[in-house]
Amino acid sequence: MEITVEVNGASHSADVEPRTLLVHFIRDTVGLTGTNIGCDTSSCGACTLHLNGEAVKSCTMLAVQADGQAVTTIEGLADGEQMHPMQEAFMNCHALQCGYCTPGMVMASVSLLDENPNPTETEVRVGLEGNLCRCTGYHNIVKAVLSASGGGK
Amino acid sequence: MIPVAFDYVRAGSADEALAALGEHGDEAKLMAGGHSLLPMMKLRLAYPSVVVDIGRLNDLSYVNDGGDHIAIGALTRHRDVETNDLVQEHAPLLAHATSHVGDPQVRHRGTLGGSLAHADAAADHPSVLLAMGGSVVARSAAGGERVIDAADLFAGFLESSLEPTEMITEIRIPKHTGEGWNFQKFNRRAQDWAIVGVSAQRTNGSAKVALVNMAPTPIRATAVEEALTGGATAAEAAEQAATGMQPSSDLNAGVDYRSHLARVLTRRALQEAGIE
Repeated sequence: MEITVEVNGASHSADVEPRTLLVHFIRDTVGLTGTNIGCDTSSCGACTLHLNGEAVKSCTMLAVQADGQAVTTIEGLADGEQMHPMQEAFMNCHALQCGYCTPGMVMASVSLLDENPNPTETEVRVGLEGNLCRCTGYHNIVKAVLSASGGGK
Repeated sequence: MIPVAFDYVRAGSADEALAALGEHGDEAKLMAGGHSLLPMMKLRLAYPSVVVDIGRLNDLSYVNDGGDHIAIGALTRHRDVETNDLVQEHAPLLAHATSHVGDPQVRHRGTLGGSLAHADAAADHPSVLLAMGGSVVARSAAGGERVIDAADLFAGFLESSLEPTEMITEIRIPKHTGEGWNFQKFNRRAQDWAIVGVSAQRTNGSAKVALVNMAPTPIRATAVEEALTGGATAAEAAEQAATGMQPSSDLNAGVDYRSHLARVLTRRALQEAGIE
């Protein structure tokens, strides 16, 4: 089936099988490999990207469901050389170790602040319940999100 | 993991979706947000030959004041249910339980109608519909429409009483403005299904209680409700929470532990709902 998806502002058309997962379309067809595949069962959140501005798990979506929609991946967050404030915050707070969960974690965090610009620490922890990290213990990730929200001092 | 190959039909309207169901019958499955169906297809537990995508039927995404009830379009996403003012005011149990479904990403995609049609005994929403005495409106490919009470909706393990050629278009939740309620969900990780869950809703002096994951279907705790009607305290009534239940035994919990959880969580739910 012929689909057209706007990815990070650029239009991408391709003929895909209906069973193609969105994450495979993004990684293999569009060629953007920043979005990781972790558990592949909508548990870990590594494949989180934005569909029309909202965080979704791209392992649990078909590419055909994104036809005609706008997708933003981790590659689309920065403005040229200028990192997105959430990326800056992750760097400054050392919110990553191995980095595998980081793209999904950043995308989920940006979506979280879009919906709740000034979250409490508890709201950050609950808001990131869909993303698993096996290195950091989450502490610095929570710090980074609070710092990006202006709430972490 | 990818699903078995299937034919994809994107419905532009409920009529188109029903026409596709009428043509393909039980070979076809409706996909709303896809957050119950697609994981099953990836695990090859489901392999419909036709997937009818109803995810773009925006006219079935709404929350309306129906007078004595709240009317919610079947395609309303969990995020829109949990944050809706009408739902929060008149069906706070539904709003709260919805905020505990999956995780934010899942709630951006999953829909109330899809969750109920999936009829999973381990899911949160069926217990809410049972405890609040809700119903669903089902349209048929043949042209008719019927209202199915929550009590008649859940037929078996992952099986609703919907015909293969029917689709849920609306969910109706009686208003419970200012009434006591509580939702308990016990799980190991935040985003997991409940090992056991409880929805409790007070209505004009009586209470309805429904359990998550204590039987092959979502189920009312009738023994608890009858004990309360008979004058038992919350603690006494909760002792009946596992009576007549058929909980499964799995990696998370055996039958004895699930039964224990049902009793403890039901007591908490009743007491938090304001029942002495």
